[in-house]
Amino acid sequence: MTHASAAHGTHAHSAHDDTHGHPPTSTGLDNKKIAIWAFIGSECMLFASLISTYLIYKRRSVVGPYPHDACLPPLCSTPLPAILDIPITSASTFVLLMSSLAMVLALAAVEMKDQPKRTTGERILGSSKLWLWMTALLGATFLGFQAYEFTSFVHEGLTLRTNLFGSSFFTLTGFHGAHVTVGVLWLLSLLAIDYRRGLGPKDAINVDLAALYWHFVDVVWIVIFTLVYLIK
Amino acid sequence: MTHDPVHQPHSTVDHAAMGIAKEHPTWSTYWKVAVILTLITAIEVWIYYIPSFVASRLFVPSLLIMSAVKFVTVVLFYMHLRYDHKLFRALFMGPLIIAAVTMLGLMFLFGKLSIGVGAPN
Repeated sequence: MTHASAAHGTHAHSAHDDTHGHPPTSTGLDNKKIAIWAFIGSECMLFASLISTYLIYKRRSVVGPYPHDACLPPLCSTPLPAILDIPITSASTFVLLMSSLAMVLALAAVEMKDQPKRTTGERILGSSKLWLWMTALLGATFLGFQAYEFTSFVHEGLTLRTNLFGSSFFTLTGFHGAHVTVGVLWLLSLLAIDYRRGLGPKDAINVDLAALYWHFVDVVWIVIFTLVYLIK
Repeated sequence: MTHDPVHQPHSTVDHAAMGIAKEHPTWSTYWKVAVILTLITAIEVWIYYIPSFVASRLFVPSLLIMSAVKFVTVVLFYMHLRYDHKLFRALFMGPLIIAAVTMLGLMFLFGKLSIGVGAPN
């Protein structure tokens, strides 16, 4: 199997093609890549259910704090401002978008590992370690923003049990944060392999699987940012 | 075929053997996509702080459209769905359509969306 076909999930139909010890598939596509796309499809439905729950419960909280409106007595014992912090979340959204760029550059670097790098720019763009580190660090930064947000919400009186907004918000964003955490761990495991023996074109399929998962986490956040944070 | 990695990041790909209709984007395309995503996000946040626009009927549709553009851009360019095998497209689009229809159905059921048919006077 060529490294190119590994990267894009297809197998050459050669009698000598060992495809990592597995026989060629009837579709000619890599089973792992089919599996990750099927998994991403199922994740679409998971997040659709969580987002639906949030939207259904929106504006149905009896007590504050509320996401976009201040909570005044008698609904709240003390006046509470709108709880969502758009500037902070905008920054974390930017961080996650940039992590997707770093991830796609990491995949390209792994695919091109065997290509000669003549200039400094080519060496930077071709460093899989650099871009995997960047992706993992940006993912960890996003998680830091989320930890800060959750902590400040709890200090302002919003917990999982406070009201319908708190329950649905923490469940939705908590599930997303758990996915980001899994993605960061996945990236760190790829980095460990890269330091141990180096990631090359033959590993491109495995990096591609992590990349697809990471981009999916990014697109879910794109939806959450609009539906939860920006639409009042 | 050139071996310039900056301009041909997938120059080693054998399209004929893999049945890929289009070559994957170059590094410069990935950077351009990142700039577009950042600009759209900046516009989204900017209009959030314009009270007259927030109060208008354009606010929610414009946010939804911009979010959809970002979603599609990431899926097509970063997830390579525009370039990869059509089976992957089906595996993603099928559940996505089911999820979207389910969401819309739930919004109607719980009164978050409404249409004029059968509405009380």
